[in-house]
Amino acid sequence: MNVEFYKRFGPELDLGTPKVEADKSVSLKIDGAEIHVPEGTSVMRAAGLAGIQIPKLCASEDLEAFGSCRLCLVEIEGRKGYPASCTTNVEEGMVVKTQTERISSLRRNVMELYISDHPLDCLTCPTNGDCQLQDMAGVVGLRDVRYGYEGENHLQAEKDESGSYFTFDPSKCIVCSRCVRACEEQQGTFALTIQGRGFESKVAASQDEAFKDSECVSCGACVKACPTATLTEKTVIEFGIPETATVTTCAYCGVGCSFRAEMQGDRLVRMIPNRDGHANHGHSCIKGRFAFGYSTHPDRITKPMIRDSIRDPWQEVSWEEALSHAATRFKDIQKEYGVKSIGGITSSRCTNEETFLVQKLIRGAFGNNNVDTCARVCHSPTGYGLKTTLGESAGTQQFDSVMQADTIIVMGANPTDAHPVFASQMKRRLRQGANLIVIDPRRIDLVDGPHVKADHHLQLKPGTNVAVLNSLAHTIIDEGLENEEYIQDRCEREAYETWRDFVALPENSPEALEKETGVPATEIRAAARLYANVENGAIYYGLGVTEHSQGSTTVMGIANLAMVTGNVGRAGVGVNPLRGQNNVQGACDMGSFPHELPGYRHVSDGTVRAMFEKEWQVTLDPEPGFRIPNMFDYAVEGSFKGMYIQGEDMAQSDPDTQHVTKALMSMECVVVQDIFLNETSKYAHVFLPGSSFLEKNGTFTNAERRISPVRKVMEPLAGKEDWEVTVALSNAMGYKMDYSHPSEIMDEIARLTPTFTGVSYEKLDRLGSIQWPCNEEAPEGTPTMHIDEFGRGKGFFAPTPYVATDERSTRKFPLLLTTGRILSQYNVGAQTRRTENNEYHGEDRLEIHPADAEVRGIKQDAWVGIQSRAGETVMRADITERVQPGVVYTTFHFPESGANVVTTDNSDWATNCPEYKVTAVQAYPVSQPSEWQRNFKAYSKEQAELVSKRKRDDKAKA
Amino acid sequence: MSDLDAKLIKMGEQIVSNCSFSNDQEVVIAKVADHLQRFWDPRMRTAIKKNLNDNPDAASDVLKNAVNQLTT
Repeated sequence: MNVEFYKRFGPELDLGTPKVEADKSVSLKIDGAEIHVPEGTSVMRAAGLAGIQIPKLCASEDLEAFGSCRLCLVEIEGRKGYPASCTTNVEEGMVVKTQTERISSLRRNVMELYISDHPLDCLTCPTNGDCQLQDMAGVVGLRDVRYGYEGENHLQAEKDESGSYFTFDPSKCIVCSRCVRACEEQQGTFALTIQGRGFESKVAASQDEAFKDSECVSCGACVKACPTATLTEKTVIEFGIPETATVTTCAYCGVGCSFRAEMQGDRLVRMIPNRDGHANHGHSCIKGRFAFGYSTHPDRITKPMIRDSIRDPWQEVSWEEALSHAATRFKDIQKEYGVKSIGGITSSRCTNEETFLVQKLIRGAFGNNNVDTCARVCHSPTGYGLKTTLGESAGTQQFDSVMQADTIIVMGANPTDAHPVFASQMKRRLRQGANLIVIDPRRIDLVDGPHVKADHHLQLKPGTNVAVLNSLAHTIIDEGLENEEYIQDRCEREAYETWRDFVALPENSPEALEKETGVPATEIRAAARLYANVENGAIYYGLGVTEHSQGSTTVMGIANLAMVTGNVGRAGVGVNPLRGQNNVQGACDMGSFPHELPGYRHVSDGTVRAMFEKEWQVTLDPEPGFRIPNMFDYAVEGSFKGMYIQGEDMAQSDPDTQHVTKALMSMECVVVQDIFLNETSKYAHVFLPGSSFLEKNGTFTNAERRISPVRKVMEPLAGKEDWEVTVALSNAMGYKMDYSHPSEIMDEIARLTPTFTGVSYEKLDRLGSIQWPCNEEAPEGTPTMHIDEFGRGKGFFAPTPYVATDERSTRKFPLLLTTGRILSQYNVGAQTRRTENNEYHGEDRLEIHPADAEVRGIKQDAWVGIQSRAGETVMRADITERVQPGVVYTTFHFPESGANVVTTDNSDWATNCPEYKVTAVQAYPVSQPSEWQRNFKAYSKEQAELVSKRKRDDKAKA
Repeated sequence: MSDLDAKLIKMGEQIVSNCSFSNDQEVVIAKVADHLQRFWDPRMRTAIKKNLNDNPDAASDVLKNAVNQLTT
């Protein structure tokens, strides 16, 4: 198969000013060449499109034109002077000259001034060879600096090395403002400014603070924008300029940013956000841009290991022996306890091809449907809720759609921390004037930031999402704000009328529910009007919606709200789940749920099953298998005995940790495949070393259904890509798999999945990315879904009765704990904890309101115990008004924090998604770790010794 | 009753609560039964059926009737 999936990428071209979309084309001549460009295009960009590079320093395609460096001067026939080509737009019939004697002289003069206050240390400068100032000095033919270097200058300006990942060397700064503009326009943090005037002008972070102490969020936009060595990645300073680049996709959150992995041989020097990336348009966050050091961290385990008991030392073995051992153990268990006594977990961090193979292994080789994925514990209610109402288990839009939204609802999501690159785009739209409604128990940054403020913050009590949505819907019906024409045309009438009559009931009014939700009725009514009365209303939501006992009902309530206002089926609107991990959407698409084959088709559908049986040459079970919590329950009960876990750390991420570890300890064979010996591997019998996203080929699918290529930039440290391990395990189990490249797996996915029939690696290479559905009807993908009709035909208004959770505050447990994430850490922290990101967030803390802290005698930074009916843990207190009285909050990025020791087995009624977001707890000052933490420490020490004492096998080369 | 049996009843009653929208009891029962049939592993369906046979007072009528409609 001729797949150009290893193609190399040249330097990123920069045409100087952003691309312009316009219906009208303008013709002009530049240096004698006739060119046609969209109206509104700059002369600089038009020249670039004609292959003429006009010298520039302050201009970048990523930023609006600024016109300060005066290097891009041109002559335009019939005009006086020498206008800057970046700030001058094309006009019909314009005749432009980019090179004349006069222009050359002016440009040299400008460069002369810059260089007169710039160190002449090019040969030892870290960006030697990758410096636009150096390039421009060459381009303009600078040979002399007549002013000399002895006068007053900035050459002794002090370097700021406070940032973990980049340095700021003001002696090399030309004050072009690119960094300041990048921070404003791309990131939207406004951390940088030009301080002072004239000669005193300088770039400053916040109030002239060190970068690390400032508002800077280390997104790296300023570093990418800098045309000199002023802002430089520390890896570039250490290693030098990269030699090659490959475009790949970030393995952190569900935004799925495209990056250029810039390399020296097989060493990754830096990750540069790809300007052509359809999800991120050249922007990035601290995780994707800088936190890649984990991939070569010494903690990586690169040899397979086995042991008979979890109290035995590990033993390094060959791949063949490890896989044979695992296969034999699994087969023996099935022989003794039955075919359905084992199962497995696909990973939302692995590629589509890898998750597809794991579920195929379980359905084909294991012979059952005991397959699940970590979406179970995050977005499984999205799958259920959107499939039920709209007919497709995915978000309806592309990220760019937000730029056309007039009112944005953010519910149970914290995009500036969890989806930062999309948050920057959303903030850009908000600064343009879009309205914002935040529905969240906690005051997230979007509510009251320095540059963005929510019009309404519906600060509900945890667990009352459905009540809030019902009261919003009640207002829309009560005040006649529904879009009757849309509903009549697009939705099932009978279901609508049933739902309408329900939400119209007095008990669903904002006034009636005010006490339950804690949200003033006037706020609810005002928010409902703000959403329903605009042209385009868009809803974005996260795990604060799904991780509840009514997670699925809440998702359906959101879809109902969008349908009743006619806000599905065009750009600027929609229902948009913000996915947590990089490939949660893909893992769900690939048939990772126990009741669904790839493409969300139920296992009981005989026609679908027959298609898979023919392709896979195996008989499939027509009944759903166990979900993750069911597997744990039946492991404790004694009939579920073995698990293959690829790339998920359930002992840390899943709720009720003590139940999870009891279940893992109850099993006879736990096989963990991961890049690190994670918490779950402490209970494993076989460890199969995984490959990072840099070490394999495949695809990820982000929150907007965008399938993006993952390209191998270095060889797998353990010798195998993850998909190869699954293939080998399947073959060892006796079920034949035969693939030579992940493109062949994608071809199989396309053959079997109606929404993927048009997807191929050839097309991904050509288009860069594809949003599914991609098939005959939509050969290049589908940015917006449900345009003429819903996936299910007519939209379905699902009933949404409010059922209060069992997790309610009581005398014993008077506070409600809710959990979340922070910008610099990711999920269980396995990756980010092994980077300098720890310097930004080194521990999980309990946020508690000052009033709750005071009555309990809890002091800032002091140790505080948190106890629920499930367990007890201890962490330090952070007293803050971000949380409301009666609510406490923490993150779960560090295993020793034990956040999930406290969370309970309560779960969503439809999907068993755990109720991480509501746990009744008590908090109190303590002086020592909890009993669980002491046991955890002792067990971790024991396991670490079993690893260090492992029987080494130098021949066990992967 | 084992912890697992109790948990299955709790999960079943959650489904009942969230499906109890219609005034028509038969509609609710059918909806609950359909959900259990489509999303629960047969071992869980068998377990709750056996448990409710042994402990008929342990669940609501709706759940009991729904469970009785299950094919396995």
